[in-house]
Amino acid sequence: MPCIEARGLRKAYGATVAVDGIDLRVEEGRILGLIGPNGAGKSTALNAILGLTPFQGELKVLGRNPWTQRDQLMRDVCFIADVAVLPRWMRVSQALDYVAGVHPRFDRAKADAFLAKTDIKRTSLVRQLSKGMVAQLHLALVMAIDAKLLVLDEPTLGLDLLYRKQFYDTLLNDYFDGSRTIVVTTHQVEEVQHILTDLMFINHGRIVLSCSMDDFETRYLELMARPEQVAEARALKPIHERQVFGRSLMLFDSVDRERLAPLGEVRTASIADLFVAVMGGQTQGATA
Amino acid sequence: MTTTTPETALAARKVRPFYWSVRRELWEHRSLYIAPLAAAGVVLFGFLISAMNLSHFRGAILSLDPEKRAAVASIPYFIAAAVVIMTAAIVGVLYSLGALHNERRDRTILFWKSLPVSDLTTVLSKASIPLVILPAIVFVVILALQLVMLAVNTVVLAADGLGSPTVQLLLPQMTVVLAYGLVAMALWYAPIWGWLLLVSAWARRTPSLWAFLPPLALIVLEKVAFDTSHFGELVANRLQAFDQAFVEIPRHSGMHVLPEPDPLRFLSNPDLWTGLAVAAAFLAAAVWVRRYREPI
Repeated sequence: MPCIEARGLRKAYGATVAVDGIDLRVEEGRILGLIGPNGAGKSTALNAILGLTPFQGELKVLGRNPWTQRDQLMRDVCFIADVAVLPRWMRVSQALDYVAGVHPRFDRAKADAFLAKTDIKRTSLVRQLSKGMVAQLHLALVMAIDAKLLVLDEPTLGLDLLYRKQFYDTLLNDYFDGSRTIVVTTHQVEEVQHILTDLMFINHGRIVLSCSMDDFETRYLELMARPEQVAEARALKPIHERQVFGRSLMLFDSVDRERLAPLGEVRTASIADLFVAVMGGQTQGATA
Repeated sequence: MTTTTPETALAARKVRPFYWSVRRELWEHRSLYIAPLAAAGVVLFGFLISAMNLSHFRGAILSLDPEKRAAVASIPYFIAAAVVIMTAAIVGVLYSLGALHNERRDRTILFWKSLPVSDLTTVLSKASIPLVILPAIVFVVILALQLVMLAVNTVVLAADGLGSPTVQLLLPQMTVVLAYGLVAMALWYAPIWGWLLLVSAWARRTPSLWAFLPPLALIVLEKVAFDTSHFGELVANRLQAFDQAFVEIPRHSGMHVLPEPDPLRFLSNPDLWTGLAVAAAFLAAAVWVRRYREPI
């Protein structure tokens, strides 16, 4: 059973179509990065997956319809929608008590163990914590829940680099065990590239690109062409070209490494470069 | 990073979403018990000052016959109860208007909805605050306040040689009337609490205006358009007719010490049951609205 399966998923707000007929299949144990510019429909798609909004088309999460069977589904699904949604009036100890009191799959010992590694005090109010610490607390709560699907919508927005890095490292080392599924959206694509197993670009409510990271690494290559061989390289039809320090950087889709190697330096493309190449023509100012 | 603890057994741990949701409300809204306590404190302070001057009225009080004496002596106790109830009513209105609105404004709804607590449980836990929790708080606070007042009275009166306070005898009855009155009040005003919670779930901004202005507009509209005031009477009846929970007091019947509960009259009033049905409809609508609502 796939973890998420959608066919013709569509969601419109009045005349605005936020999600325009998405087909999607995420198998168990994958870490999918959902990348797209602001207003591309990422959050709407995630909201549909999380049963926060009604939708058209077919959508099954863990075999359930997330809108009509949300109450059962939420025992197996967990999400961090934003960095700043923990109630500011709450004490850290109260947050632990509350989640332990309502979630049948919450392991308090795990949350305690994680918090012990941070500077977060049990008696602190959430409002007294820094933004990074709030994210740590939220992560501690979520990681202690034995969920099958974890959805992260911009989980590190506004955090500094150290917290961001620690967030993803913790997620990968202490949480991900190969049987859980994680869906993450973020603008900081460089930071998640090494943790993803699958990649999906979404724009104007449609999926623009979808591939596994294994495919990604063989398919997309970046060439820094030698000046005298630029014309020759261009003949191979790069999907994108930009100038860096007066030299041409070209991005190729499905061109053999052996054919490119004689023309300059070849390396695996970054998600950010591909994002600019794919989205650049469609949308202005996308990546952060 | 340290090692991950081995997968703990998934045998569903006992959870009590409703219980913890109610506790959560009390954590967040401490004014629910602080305000009634503060009101009790103010009443007690005033009562202490007046008790010190009690001897001035000594002659006047002694000249009354025992029944009237008890009635006069019990007046401060009624005032004390009324002040605490009024305070709790204000707190309850403010709470209800914010209950399903603030979670959207501060975006915490995204956290609450990430946990397996249904919209029904959430709305019922919030409705239980004005319907059950506040009346219980009010009962305990008033009872404690009246006991302290009685102790003060006893000491002061004994010191003044006025003998044991007759009001002492009334206290058990007063407690019964208070408990009955609070339950009846919760049931009678349930549709109002339901309405406030529904507006709180629905309004994108200023739920307080949405709660009061549309009903007012409807009353004015009906008056201007049809020169009738059915809706206005309906609202006025709901606000005023709570006294039907007690035995009707005939005019010119002299001074009465305590209102007498009349549960039969109260329960056989069809308005009570219509009101409860309307309250249930409002709460159901609030559950439905919360399902669709996103942060604002």
